Amino acid sequence: MLHKLTAHELHEKLISKETSAVELCKDVFERIKAVESKVKAYISLTEEKALFTANKVDEKVKSSENLSPLAGIPTAIKDNMCTKGVKTTCASKILKNFVPVYSSTAVEKLFNENIVMTGKTNMDEFAMGSSTENSSFWPTSNPWDLRTVPGGSSGGSAAAVAADEAIFALGSDTGGSIRQPASLCGVVGMKPTYGLVSRYGLVAFASSLDQIGPITKDVTDCALVLNAICGKDPMDSTSLNTKTLDYTEALVNDVKGLKVGVPKEFMGEGIDLKVKKMVEDALMLFEKMGAIVEETSLSHVDYALSAYYLIAPAEASSNLARFDGVRYGYRTRQKVEDMIEMYSKTRAEGFGSEVKRRIMLGAYALSAGYYEAYYGQAQKVRTLIIEDFNKAFEKYDVLVSPTSPTVAFKIGEKVEDPLKMYMSDVCTIPANLAGIPAISIPCGLTDGLPVGLQIMGKALDEITILRAAYAFEQEFWFKEKPALFGR
Amino acid sequence: MNYEAVIGLEIHVELNTESKMFCGCSARVFGEKPNTHTCPVCLGMPGSLPVVNEKAIECTAKIGLALNSKIASFTKFDRKNYFYPDMPKDYQISQYDLPICEGGCVDVEIAGLAPEGSDPRGYVRRVGITRVHLEEDTGKLIHIGESGRIGGAEYSLVDFNRAGVPLVEIVTEPDIRTPDEAKAFVQKLKNIIEHLGVSDCDMEKGFFRCDANVSLRPLGTEELGTKSEVKNMNSFRAIQRALAYEIERQGELLGAGERVIQETRHWDAAKNVTMSLRSKEEAHDYRYFPEPDLVPMELSRNWVEELKASLPELPNARKKRFIEDYGLTLYDAEFLTSSKTVGDYFEECAKDYPDVKKISNWIMGELTMHLNAVNLKIDESAVTPRHLVQLIKLIDEGAISGKMAKDIFKEMFETGKLPGIIIEEKGLVQISNEKEIDKIVDMVLEENQKAIEEYRSGKDRAFGFLIGQIMRLTKGRANPQLVNDVLRKKLS
Repeated sequence: MLHKLTAHELHEKLISKETSAVELCKDVFERIKAVESKVKAYISLTEEKALFTANKVDEKVKSSENLSPLAGIPTAIKDNMCTKGVKTTCASKILKNFVPVYSSTAVEKLFNENIVMTGKTNMDEFAMGSSTENSSFWPTSNPWDLRTVPGGSSGGSAAAVAADEAIFALGSDTGGSIRQPASLCGVVGMKPTYGLVSRYGLVAFASSLDQIGPITKDVTDCALVLNAICGKDPMDSTSLNTKTLDYTEALVNDVKGLKVGVPKEFMGEGIDLKVKKMVEDALMLFEKMGAIVEETSLSHVDYALSAYYLIAPAEASSNLARFDGVRYGYRTRQKVEDMIEMYSKTRAEGFGSEVKRRIMLGAYALSAGYYEAYYGQAQKVRTLIIEDFNKAFEKYDVLVSPTSPTVAFKIGEKVEDPLKMYMSDVCTIPANLAGIPAISIPCGLTDGLPVGLQIMGKALDEITILRAAYAFEQEFWFKEKPALFGR
Repeated sequence: MNYEAVIGLEIHVELNTESKMFCGCSARVFGEKPNTHTCPVCLGMPGSLPVVNEKAIECTAKIGLALNSKIASFTKFDRKNYFYPDMPKDYQISQYDLPICEGGCVDVEIAGLAPEGSDPRGYVRRVGITRVHLEEDTGKLIHIGESGRIGGAEYSLVDFNRAGVPLVEIVTEPDIRTPDEAKAFVQKLKNIIEHLGVSDCDMEKGFFRCDANVSLRPLGTEELGTKSEVKNMNSFRAIQRALAYEIERQGELLGAGERVIQETRHWDAAKNVTMSLRSKEEAHDYRYFPEPDLVPMELSRNWVEELKASLPELPNARKKRFIEDYGLTLYDAEFLTSSKTVGDYFEECAKDYPDVKKISNWIMGELTMHLNAVNLKIDESAVTPRHLVQLIKLIDEGAISGKMAKDIFKEMFETGKLPGIIIEEKGLVQISNEKEIDKIVDMVLEENQKAIEEYRSGKDRAFGFLIGQIMRLTKGRANPQLVNDVLRKKLS
């Protein structure tokens, strides 16, 4: 039952030689074999490589070398992060057989810590979606109720961690793609400050919003993973040059005097009443623990979703241009007359409908004569939202809201209605637009499905949101495990 | 009706930085095996990100400073979106609304009469610079099939070595009026950039490429006519001829009451015509937007001032110095500073030899003639400054005649041997011994009694004939002045 434990618990067992990395690795792969047919969290598994690394870790233990906190820990990687020699598909037909020649910086950093990669996880195609149903391979199920979605786009990563098919996972978050699935699967997910973790090797969706982050079983693991993946990368010009912090120092059970703002825009229309109730209970607990909780307002946040659906598709329309059938990936097998036909058939056949919808939206928003009205205007809204947050953080240490307006919804429920699907990210998108860090932690179950609490902080103040999350976790002690029933 | 041509140029210059614009690959890729200088970044592999080459920013600002442009204090990169197989990302990282340099001008001396009729001894055309910006070059396509173009090709091959090499685009105002002005401007611009040392400027290798926008308007009017864009002019001569052709073509159209179509035309140097490229269905919408993978840059005024102070000597200053320090004529100085390598060659010679007029005569005469004949550049010449100075010194010492020197020069040019070696190998030392000359002259006179008589009867031609005979006998080695003196003495 090693797979049920957290990374920090397993680290103790590894250094005390109570277990070995190979034993742990085998245990997790047995778990995968037992439940993967129900959950379908992975696109590819890398068992052989995993055992090879686990062996190396055990040799280190034998020769009494120091083990890094994540050494030997079975880890799942979202399939939009390049892994050298291992297929990286972005859950898209167009990259179905794409094998990168290099690894992304975040993954490379984990490899340097000797993590054991279990495989690559399912996602919405090119990270566009909120349910993992936009995977061009298959949908992933939520371990809490297999008939429901795990959220998205990092649904595979969140489901794998929730179902104990990995001890932790990496996800990427452009508009909520780490936090919303973490919320729906009852695990911890963090989107760090934009620029804290290198994007090098993360297949770009929306460059100015994308950020890699941890999906873990508890807040302690979240801090440990963040320690391992953060830092300035000379390969990513947008990565920040900040002083190195030890995020585990944030793990203190003390929120006395912590000023918590609750933006009313996140608690109003569109938020499921049961979800709202759980969040209010969580806020009461914070008060009980000594925090000062107040209602506040972010006046432009209502426009966040609209701005996001111009900026993100605009960048995506350009970022995804390179998938053209010329150098790698899928190319049409139909006979074509010329270059343009090769491009259009390749892309028509290679991309799924949501990806095409966003490429068209984005190309339109950038086109001559419309740029100012759409992309330009959206950037102005973004600036206003940043100012709103700056103002709020003059008064509050953290801002708290639900992560997702609803609990996990049924597979197929929203696929025909993109606008309804887009609403899933209404609470998470503002943090991406503002570039600030935000974490989602479980705050209970309603009707047997997890509810996530979002804690947002100032740029580069991961320490404070981790402290708030840790303190809450210590008091609330969410230890329920999904039953994997339903289908 | 009389028309006036309105010409604006767009010049692309490949910088000679060590590494590419956004990655660590070598930027020195000309002639290299295809696709051997690539990495995930310049191949546009998924997930890769650009990092700015600061050296390229510096080179671009230097060009701007040399062209009297204003250097931006805030500049950024943008994406220019369009699909083409030579572009790995299907967008080019370029600059849109905030280029590194804006404004500026270059004064170009033009020989001859200005179109508006000014001083016939020559005039100065001021060409305004609109902007100078930095972008990345594309890869190269090789189309396999009869046409050699992408349309109708069986298949095409892509070489990404050049993809991502830093490329500077210089855009001029439509201030140019004649093909001669265009050619003179491009020559001057190339010369300036060569002096800056930021590009190898080799037109044949595609390091320095020129496109032109050409339109005609009735003389004396202000409104611009419909323009065509002329591409593929890869030599100075091509610029001149292509523009002359295009002006004539448009003039004929307008003269016949027809309209000029806005289109891109390709200069075909073999056929001597511009031809319409596959007509663009409509204007491209490049959907420019700020490159989100890069952060905007602030160029501090201090940095700009330091850069300005560090600029090397430019052609105008060099020309002035050549006149003042070496005492060269304006004509010679202009010739010797018309390209960086010619000036460098001259100065290298002048270091070891004080009579610079002789050096300049040799460079402008014999050396240029031989170089032109085989289409070589001065820095490719087998006759180095060391060769030339040695040759001139041998003439000064009287070891060889001027006539011999020309033969030796030819030999040096072909073999790269030093003059001393050639002289030794061929036994070419000049005969300057008076007794020896005496003997030879006597021999010739003895055999040519008829010529002596003719000379004495007043036929000057006979004198030349006798000289010729002496030179033939000595294989041209006799000191001509001495032969002349001795012969005259003996005949009088």
